[in-house]
Amino acid sequence: MTIPAAWYLILAALLFGVGAFGVLTRRSALIMFMCIELMLNAVNLTFVTFARTMSDIGGQTTVFFVMVVAAAEVTVGLGIVVAIFRRRASTSVDELSELQG
Amino acid sequence: MLATAYAIPDVLVFASAAILILVGAVGVIAMKNPVHSALSLIMCLLGVALAFLAQEADFLAAAEIIVYAGAIVVLFLFVIMFLGVDKSQHPHVEPLIGQRWLAGVGVLVTVAGLITLMASSHWVSGVLSASTNGTALATGSDNVTQLGDSVFTTYLLAFEATAGLLIIAVVGAVLLARRERPIDIEDVVEVIDVDVSDWDTLEDVDDVEDVQS
Repeated sequence: MTIPAAWYLILAALLFGVGAFGVLTRRSALIMFMCIELMLNAVNLTFVTFARTMSDIGGQTTVFFVMVVAAAEVTVGLGIVVAIFRRRASTSVDELSELQG
Repeated sequence: MLATAYAIPDVLVFASAAILILVGAVGVIAMKNPVHSALSLIMCLLGVALAFLAQEADFLAAAEIIVYAGAIVVLFLFVIMFLGVDKSQHPHVEPLIGQRWLAGVGVLVTVAGLITLMASSHWVSGVLSASTNGTALATGSDNVTQLGDSVFTTYLLAFEATAGLLIIAVVGAVLLARRERPIDIEDVVEVIDVDVSDWDTLEDVDDVEDVQS
């Protein structure tokens, strides 16, 4: 008997929780991006698990697109981090308060 | 108890994936050095790829390693090295009082809610597997064929939009990371005027500096 889907789903939920905790507590923009990747991977794991459980390839296709969007997001996000670092010499998000008016 | 209910290899694979994922994820948020965080992220992604493999998503497991661990984490490492490791960030200092505590409570409530939802839902057990209208999931090596069929027929429009998205992202990243530096026409003229035939015979560092100045 194969591993039940609930095990993988709980694992994905824990992974999502760790990633969300990182985004909420860490201040380095780079670490926050990594934590966003953790959360995206948790959702990917959920999609793959449901693709297996429901025997539908659509879940895996969605993961494929999520990967592409994550790659684009990281590219632009790191570009923004580099641009901010040039101006501020820091990657801490706490110091980016100049847009609050 | 588990060994009697499920095949031991399956349980072992799941346990390895779970350990890799959770230890890697905790490492990402707990490490002081961003380089160590990125390496922990690789560990976590390898665990996710293992979980994909165990669930018959062969192509996605390969893509996970190539795209995530290969490209994205290397991009992270490149930016970390480019910016220099930021020593000013202490993960054990709390600028906002109670932020970590509140975040912990919020995350605990969210995860507990998710797990409760799973425990009480019928779709987790896979009862719907016979009634879906989607393309059936193939087993074994047909996974790539199935995924390719799906991407290039049902999701063709999304695939084309993805191409546009990637182009836009690359152009945006180049634009963002470009250093704003006004071009001095004198410098250009000087560079063009340098006698290129000297370059082969340059052996001394001083000569190189003379040419550059």
